[in-house]
Amino acid sequence: MKAAVVTFPGSNCDRDLAVAFERVGFEVSRVWHKDTALPAGTDVVGVPGGFSFGDYLRCGAIAAQSPIAAAIRSHADRGGYVLGICNGFQVLTEMQLLPGALMRNAGLKFICKTVGLQVATADSAFTSAYAKGQQIAVPVAHHDGNYTIDAEGLAALRAEDRIAFTYTQNPNGAAADIAGVLSANRRVLGMMPHPERVVDARTGGTDGAALFASLMGGMALA
Amino acid sequence: MKARVTVMLKSGVLDVQGEAVRHALGTLGFAGVNGVRQGKVIELDLAETDKAAAEAAARAMCDKLLANAVIESYRVELI
Repeated sequence: MKAAVVTFPGSNCDRDLAVAFERVGFEVSRVWHKDTALPAGTDVVGVPGGFSFGDYLRCGAIAAQSPIAAAIRSHADRGGYVLGICNGFQVLTEMQLLPGALMRNAGLKFICKTVGLQVATADSAFTSAYAKGQQIAVPVAHHDGNYTIDAEGLAALRAEDRIAFTYTQNPNGAAADIAGVLSANRRVLGMMPHPERVVDARTGGTDGAALFASLMGGMALA
Repeated sequence: MKARVTVMLKSGVLDVQGEAVRHALGTLGFAGVNGVRQGKVIELDLAETDKAAAEAAARAMCDKLLANAVIESYRVELI
């Protein structure tokens, strides 16, 4: 299985994300924002956390217009998997691959701490190795994680079981405590918390490992 | 031709920064500030000389990049 991890100017979780994919057996390529194509045979694209283009204009807005974004869009349109974490989630909403937007945290402060998450659905390639309702501890590190969506969009997410993770204690004002959402075809996941930071007991925990294991397992079956 | 684009959060979207500014103004003794909305102004220096074409171009730029239609609205003025 092949993963491609994108690096924008200002990305800072790209290596961690590559390591998390490698740990479960993915062959990982690193892709630069100016690249116009993904490596042949890419199964999943990782859009990492960080501060792409200095968060200029809006978080993720400039990255969403970069050359590689067009290739990510084609990959998603073909039914390919995409995982966007933190700034990656912001990029995917700016690309409109996921609904809603990430606004400034309600408390206006940058939040860097481990938070409790509830796995809201196990029905996705990203969450199948978790149990629905399972509580996990995953760090967040963001200034703009306040997920915003209109009532109609929220109703659709709920009706289609597309809320992947919720916060057990909402840190940022996000609508319906939402920490991560899935696309309509369930193959694009965006989430503010950092599962790639908790895949090794030596560095903070292992609660994120099942996400990468889910992906690897799901793809091996597909 | 220059265009000035004003991007604001849509009404109904809570502007947490505007709220913080409103609180700070109250602390400073400015009474009666019922609300503060904070946005951004973007000035475009365009080669286009036709007014209608310049406005159309600026609006296209807003739709594609300068504003996020999920949470923001915009206004274009030619100056």
